[in-house]
Amino acid sequence: MRKVAAIVIASAFFAILLISFYQIPQSGYSGSEYYYSNPITGSHANESVPSHYISGTKNETGAVNAVTAIVVEYRGFDTLGEVTVLFTAATGVAFLLHKGKGGKKRAEANLILREGSKLVLPFILLAGAYIFIHGHLTPGGGFPGGAVIASGFLLMMLSYPKFFMKEKPVSITESFAGITFAVIGLLGLLFASSFLENFLPLGNAGYLLSAGIIPVIYIAIGFKVGSELSSIADKLKEVQK
Amino acid sequence: MMWPEYVTVAALISIGLYGVMAKKNLMKIFIAISLMETGVNLLLITIGYIPEGTAPIENGNFVKYVDPLPQALVLTAIVIGLSVTALALTLLIRYHSKTGTLEYRRGMKW
Repeated sequence: MRKVAAIVIASAFFAILLISFYQIPQSGYSGSEYYYSNPITGSHANESVPSHYISGTKNETGAVNAVTAIVVEYRGFDTLGEVTVLFTAATGVAFLLHKGKGGKKRAEANLILREGSKLVLPFILLAGAYIFIHGHLTPGGGFPGGAVIASGFLLMMLSYPKFFMKEKPVSITESFAGITFAVIGLLGLLFASSFLENFLPLGNAGYLLSAGIIPVIYIAIGFKVGSELSSIADKLKEVQK
Repeated sequence: MMWPEYVTVAALISIGLYGVMAKKNLMKIFIAISLMETGVNLLLITIGYIPEGTAPIENGNFVKYVDPLPQALVLTAIVIGLSVTALALTLLIRYHSKTGTLEYRRGMKW
């Protein structure tokens, strides 16, 4: 009964979604201007926001990657809130799962996984660091880079049952990165006009040392996300019931 | 009109809705919520996509770039979704250690 009702409601919802998607404006680009065309009336409306972001990225922020420029520069305050949400989640996980002693012992992983993961770990960490250092030049940034670093530690946790993240270094890294982010924002208040505004020289767009505060903030975010995600994985691994 | 994308979005959201309504296992409900999240993220990306657009990274020769704003917003949404999933799984672990089951039951005290 419950399943039949769920299927009926879900299919009705599917139909409603498709009907409403039919009316979504189609975005396009006409050589100089972004526009949205209405599929029903056929009217065009020019949209100045994407073109402003794309043309302003290089001149205003010095970055090449427009998504990074939006995430760190134009909407930097939003990213600070996002990092706070991640921090709250990590704190909640740590609060709810205090380490219990004992439990089942997990079997040792086999030789190939153990030695292979030892061999691969530095390269995973290097790839993660590359991704978050080059966030303003290539696709990627602090969040994917941090996730790659956490995946390296997760691999170690899988291959060594006794491997665990030492709590103190992880929390020191995490708080130091968070404080760096906030302090850079406050320095923007001091040296420029508003919170999280760029106060460093922009440099040549396309080079590693460019784009002002974007690489600094993204490196801080990379460390923060990496340590938070690996501590979440560590806490979830500890529970053995 | 990009029909394959929109049909995928509608299918993901509807399957997630079905899972939330029909399943009793809390783990499966969380998987369904994650599916709905993926659908919404895909919808935002699809709205910002323009035909034959490339990633908005300037490399000298100018081509059509897709709208970068939805991509930045979806980056935020993915991270928030991950946090919510981690916290939900943590609560589920506590629930399981208290009740010994993953099933949702009405009026259960824990």
